[in-house]
Amino acid sequence: MKEAFKIIVVLTVICLICAFFLSFVFSVAKEKIEMNAKRAIEEGISKLAPCAKRVEEIKLKDEVVYKLFDEQDNSVGYAFLAQGQGYQGKIKILAVVDSSLEKLEGIEVVESVETPGLGARITEALFMEQFKKLTVIPKIEYVKEEVEKDNQIMAITGATVTSKAVVNILNKRIEELREELKG
Amino acid sequence: MAEIIESKIKMKKEFIKGLWKEHPILRQLLGMCPALAVTTSAINGISMGLAVIFVLFFSSLVVSLIKKVIPPQVRIAVYTVIIATFVTVVDIFFKANFPQISRALGPYLPLIVVNCIILGRCEAFASKNSVLVSLLDALGMGLGFMWGLFLLGSIREILGFGSLLGVKMMPPEYNPLIIMILPAGAFLVLGFLVAVMNRLELRIKN
Repeated sequence: MKEAFKIIVVLTVICLICAFFLSFVFSVAKEKIEMNAKRAIEEGISKLAPCAKRVEEIKLKDEVVYKLFDEQDNSVGYAFLAQGQGYQGKIKILAVVDSSLEKLEGIEVVESVETPGLGARITEALFMEQFKKLTVIPKIEYVKEEVEKDNQIMAITGATVTSKAVVNILNKRIEELREELKG
Repeated sequence: MAEIIESKIKMKKEFIKGLWKEHPILRQLLGMCPALAVTTSAINGISMGLAVIFVLFFSSLVVSLIKKVIPPQVRIAVYTVIIATFVTVVDIFFKANFPQISRALGPYLPLIVVNCIILGRCEAFASKNSVLVSLLDALGMGLGFMWGLFLLGSIREILGFGSLLGVKMMPPEYNPLIIMILPAGAFLVLGFLVAVMNRLELRIKN
């Protein structure tokens, strides 16, 4: 009995100390982490759409879309975050699309946990370049050999599942945006 | 006087053993999961190695400090909580201060929790030895782990990508061996390295 009591006390105390320590570390770092995430989006937008001078947040259903304006205050498109399941976990993509939702300006993979050397290569410029000026009507397709149409990209060798996931995530979100922005 | 010299020799021995004689990857074959999974490039190996050194160092410190109060029945649970705490600290630290590195390491960082080298050193060493010696043991093992990862990562990166630390090493006509960055390549390189290590050991003994 005494022994069991000791075990419970020691475990509880250690867990409590650890929990306090962690919440302290997190509370110190929280602001910085949020700032990093915000800055990553801002940097991503200015990289994908250099002509965007003003960004306006639009609240849709449950997510935020960024409407972009150029120097003359003309709408030049939308920036949005899209996410979904990849091969090993969540993939999060920042994309900029023109105001008629027909052509992508480009994409940036913000978060992914794909296989290093294979699926993780979606974060490399060579793969992301393919989405510059890509037509998204009727939807994006992926091919394994030669790209023949404006709405096709080439999948990464050995990482078809990840490439397909990126394409599907974008298609799905763009489709949603078409519906949501109509109203 | 003799005692001090003797303890100095012991300390040196505890530090050095992780670097060669009891090398965690090449001799103990511990921590295989990260060693095989993350070493697709040299830089991944170094980053992972540094993170493991940090966690190993502080976990060994805490475990050897509180070894007397831990009830033996629940010691593994206690070690795991301590290790997980330090891994999370590293994770938060990188996210806040080095978002770039944090993104590159992504899934590997939280996986340090299940790295058996750390649990192994806590259980086999830090829980039975004084603080100073435990820290030397942790540093030696951590550095050994890091050079092992770096070597594995370098070989795989050179053969699989034709580069080292991102710098092109091979002539342009070199056709990269994709298999080297696939899981199979990890096993192949590891097998060869362990064989070379055994051969060297044998030669040193004779």
